[in-house]
Amino acid sequence: MQNQQRIKDAGEKFGSDCIVILGSSDAEGAEIYAETVSNGDPTYAGPLAGVPLGLPVYHVFDQTIRDECDPAAWEEQISMMEMVLDPEALAAAVKGIRDQFSKNAL
Amino acid sequence: MSSVGIKGYSYCLNHTPELGLHYGSTPFVEHETKGESDFLKNLPKYVQTYEKAAGYAPNQAYIGGIGYEEFEAAKTPWIENYLTNAQRYGKYGEIMPEDEFLGLMAICDVFDLIWLEKSFVEEVKAKLLKDPVMNESIVARLKGAHELAEIEVEVKDKKGRPLYYGGKVVGCVRNGHEIDDCLFAYVLMENLACKAGGVLALLHLLKNSGVRPEEIDFVIECSEEGAGDMNQRAGGNFAKAIAEIAGCVNASGCDVRGFCAGPVNALISGASQVAAGARKNCVVLAGGAVPKLYMNSRDHVKKELPALEDCLGNFAVLLTPDDGTNPVMRLDALGKHSVGAGAAPQAVTSALIYEPLSGQDLSFKDVDKYAAELQIPEITLPAGAGDVPHANIKMTAALAVMKKALEKNEMDDFIKRHGVIGFAHTQGHIPSGVPFIGIACDRIRAGTMKRVMIIGKGSLFLARLTNLADGASFLIEPSQGGSAGSAVSKEDVKSMILEALSEIAGKLS
Repeated sequence: MQNQQRIKDAGEKFGSDCIVILGSSDAEGAEIYAETVSNGDPTYAGPLAGVPLGLPVYHVFDQTIRDECDPAAWEEQISMMEMVLDPEALAAAVKGIRDQFSKNAL
Repeated sequence: MSSVGIKGYSYCLNHTPELGLHYGSTPFVEHETKGESDFLKNLPKYVQTYEKAAGYAPNQAYIGGIGYEEFEAAKTPWIENYLTNAQRYGKYGEIMPEDEFLGLMAICDVFDLIWLEKSFVEEVKAKLLKDPVMNESIVARLKGAHELAEIEVEVKDKKGRPLYYGGKVVGCVRNGHEIDDCLFAYVLMENLACKAGGVLALLHLLKNSGVRPEEIDFVIECSEEGAGDMNQRAGGNFAKAIAEIAGCVNASGCDVRGFCAGPVNALISGASQVAAGARKNCVVLAGGAVPKLYMNSRDHVKKELPALEDCLGNFAVLLTPDDGTNPVMRLDALGKHSVGAGAAPQAVTSALIYEPLSGQDLSFKDVDKYAAELQIPEITLPAGAGDVPHANIKMTAALAVMKKALEKNEMDDFIKRHGVIGFAHTQGHIPSGVPFIGIACDRIRAGTMKRVMIIGKGSLFLARLTNLADGASFLIEPSQGGSAGSAVSKEDVKSMILEALSEIAGKLS
């Protein structure tokens, strides 16, 4: 709930110049978070209920984000989780939501 | 001395669905904020009976009613394949029914806080006396029998919290203070339940290890509760309060906290004291957490699944000097998630697993089992939290590949061989690797395992003091012959010097 408030504050301050990068480990959760920051909280529980910020949202495993990262930092911080999780499915889950609700995607 | 014996262990559950329905934080907050919502109306339909809870395979694995091999082989989903002929008592402990547990809470109350109805007290007393770890002097503490009318006044007019059994009010926890929220009835109930669970685990530990209460010299308690008042919110001390009820008259104690990393840190702390010679029989233990009962029940109800979070978890471990007869905790190969280690799963796994192993020239495959975060997957999966122990061993396997200790195509086999299936309730500190200590020690004694790593991880950020998480780990191995009593005395040194001098003198002449 506090994170939703933070995103709401940042979204209202910077508009859709602000990008949200998710690190969720499951596709279902990633979709809910992605929808929350783009179309509003689908569970109607937090500050973003009914607030469609339209923020561009990506999973950290999305190639667009990966291309922006320092390869050494990627290797040190993220490469292990690439073997544990399903990076393509996670990136695709967030893309599905982004294509529907995000403005100003990269 | 860098190893400490693990002489005994106990694991108990307290089946407390009615405490959960009223005081588990999820239903409690729902009730306080929304009243009798649809969720609250539906939740009782998904509650398990005692018989179901006793026949649930992970619960039997926890109390040692079935061996780990039997648990691995148990047909899944466990919620559709309850064990037949499941017993209340297992090799490590028991699943105590709720009425007796309320009685045990009253036994543990030394401040006239818990009032139970007269006839309920008599029934429970008789039942408790049949428990093999109870005795007359403990059960004699069960006082505070009151008329139901008196209990109703405490609840209605004096901010007491009712206690239920069979859907009826059978007692209450009285409010401890008018304005100090550390002493409100809810907090006192939570703390007394935690204390009672700790006492039960300690009594089973004494029985399992054949040690008399007077022989225990120190107790470390490592739950996640806070006992205190407004001037010292979590001043403590559960440990000594638990030791008192169990008759450990020669023990003192203290509490160690660290969220879910608490138990592993407490074990390291206790073992270090034993290794230093400061303690001989040090118990590390914890009772359960009432607020976590039915924590994920919203998702269980939504998905029409049994609400499985109906048990408080308790454990106790007895640490003694390494005399060569017991499996040991190694203190020279500890994992530590330091402040500077970073928060990425890779950094955490490396700090807790790779670093302690590589420091001892050990590799990933040298450890038979990695026990970290042993939550029951049938609780966490419907709540979207995944299979936590499986995720942990997957990360360990991935790190092993990165460190070139494993080929990528060996990952699945490694996961199967070296992982542990979750069998602990979502009680925070309870699933933190420690439920596997008993199984590991039994297997090491039987010669079917050589090395097990116990890993605890804690979400410190929940307290808003830091954004950091924490973690700690240690290895359990067979004793290498023992170091207890091997310290050299002054007299030994004197005689060795005299021997050497006479040898030199002989050569000179």
